Amino acid sequence: MVERRPVMNLVAHLVLIFGVLVVSFPLYVTLVASTQTSEQIVQQAPMSLWPGSNLIDTYRAALFGGQTASGSRISPVAPMLKVSFICAMVIALGKISISMLSAFAFVYFRFPGRTLCFWMVFITLMLPVEVRIGPTYQVVAGLGLLNTYTGLTLPLIASATATFLFRQFFLTVPDELTEASRIDGAGPIRFFIDVLLPLSATSIAALFVIQFIYGWNQYLWPLLFTTDESKYPIVMGIRRMLAGGDAGNEWNVVMATAILAMLPPALVVLLMQKWFVKGLVDAEK
Amino acid sequence: MASLSIRDVVKDYRAGLRVNRVIHGVSAEVADGEFIVIVGPSGCGKSTLLRMVAGLEEITGGQIAIGQRVVNDIEPAERDIAMVFQNYALYPHMSVFDNMAYGLKIARVPRDQIAVRVRRAASILEIEAFLDRKPGQLSGGQRQRVAMGRAIVREPQVFLFDEPLSNLDARLRAQTRIEIRKLHAELGVTSLFVTHDQVEAMTLAQRVIVMNAGLIEQIGTPEEIYRAPESTFVAGFIGAPPMNLMTVRGDGARLSRAGCELPLSGSAPRAGDLIMGVRPEHARLDDSGWPMKVELVELLGAERLIHGRLADAPFIVRTDARLAAPSAGQIVGLDIAPESLHWFDPTSQKRIPT
Repeated sequence: MVERRPVMNLVAHLVLIFGVLVVSFPLYVTLVASTQTSEQIVQQAPMSLWPGSNLIDTYRAALFGGQTASGSRISPVAPMLKVSFICAMVIALGKISISMLSAFAFVYFRFPGRTLCFWMVFITLMLPVEVRIGPTYQVVAGLGLLNTYTGLTLPLIASATATFLFRQFFLTVPDELTEASRIDGAGPIRFFIDVLLPLSATSIAALFVIQFIYGWNQYLWPLLFTTDESKYPIVMGIRRMLAGGDAGNEWNVVMATAILAMLPPALVVLLMQKWFVKGLVDAEK
Repeated sequence: MASLSIRDVVKDYRAGLRVNRVIHGVSAEVADGEFIVIVGPSGCGKSTLLRMVAGLEEITGGQIAIGQRVVNDIEPAERDIAMVFQNYALYPHMSVFDNMAYGLKIARVPRDQIAVRVRRAASILEIEAFLDRKPGQLSGGQRQRVAMGRAIVREPQVFLFDEPLSNLDARLRAQTRIEIRKLHAELGVTSLFVTHDQVEAMTLAQRVIVMNAGLIEQIGTPEEIYRAPESTFVAGFIGAPPMNLMTVRGDGARLSRAGCELPLSGSAPRAGDLIMGVRPEHARLDDSGWPMKVELVELLGAERLIHGRLADAPFIVRTDARLAAPSAGQIVGLDIAPESLHWFDPTSQKRIPT
């Protein structure tokens, strides 16, 4: 800003600080609630905003399950974290490899029906998973993939968005680079591995972050698809805890689970932030 | 090293049902170790021809042979050529060393031998200090050297240059031109160099191929091309400023044009319409000669360009800057030796031998 008006500056900061508070307060409440016992939360209304002393016990209960004082069973979160993590990784990596290869074909090979194929892929951009969830279920169930990791991840791997993104990136790679590598004797696969792959590193990182979170946050598909508790992802786990029946909710454990569910995507974003921004902002050429 | 022969080469581009012919049957023989420059205006097909030699474009008709081997259906990597691109086309993620070594790695040259060859090329080009850097950290001139280095390490039969100097600034271009000549003298590899810059063509080439509209206009040494252009196109393209060309009517020892009579001390090669060509430096200011009306005078340092009209046709004279300059509007006389006149046929645009 070129203007220098202290009052406007102050107002702008107040608005921003207010925004930050609005977003972070629920997170804070979640965190604080997970450090208290469920009795503390229920008996004091409104609950105390100071951290309690039950942190370790709560998280132990959340991660590994157990009995509560009131006798209800807590299902362990650790296996769910594992399921979520495997699914998110498989979906993110699968999406990236499939879409890179298809974009490679679209940009560098001339085959009959290329344009048609590309537009068919492009059109599916407009169809969210939810729209095709019925038929997809039918197909996956028919293949006998219910309650398997394959069934949890495979239908979510094909990605028009990522294909499109990689295609746009490949189109910006100068033709001379392709020609130089042809003269150097690199075949298509070598060119892909030695030249395109390293050049797309930042795009891959950016997509990985986006797709990991996408995979982690899948709710509807696993909800419909899994009946076996060992294949429940954590997002479903949170939802199931809230249906606590007559025993009442173990709020501290629910909150701990929420925190645990938030951690991995947050970590991925934090660790890959530099690459993520680079991949979205500039294509290093 | 090898000779290169291009025989009746034709190139068509297909756009739907339309066939667009960009090269209309071109033939040229390049001797072993020769430095040939292909020059022409943009769109004349010179780069396409080079890319056909490289194998990056398919050959629609005719034959291209490197040494004794017809390469029409051979992959670029197996043609034993190396190419330097206009924008250098260096792999941005690889170090200078890896850029130069990449082709050798693919060809499964032993690692220690790659290192030897890369270092030798780097020392020729004086880029040893940058071997660990990425192309992004180099200046334009340095990248250009790396691109040449990548060509040198392949130890090819033929070097192909696709306007490699046009991304450099004027000073660096002149310097690199000299380096390319030295390099050629040192390595003696057959080279094909495409450019639109006639100064590069004149200074680099042992022989020049002048192309226009998909056809070869003339093949010859720079001197031949300058002294005796085969067509009005060559006459107008080579030389800066270009040759003055004007249509005149010849009648023995007299020329006439636009109501003006221009007496000749020799005689016109034939009667009737002719195109007369005069190099700007071959006209001397002399009060008794043909009258030219001066329109503009440009000083270029060592010389002066006098733009004017002779018998109502634009005419440029190049004079020594130490001579007195005429002023605009003044009428000056032009003295032109009869042996420095060029004659062209107005219908075929070809040279009329004298």
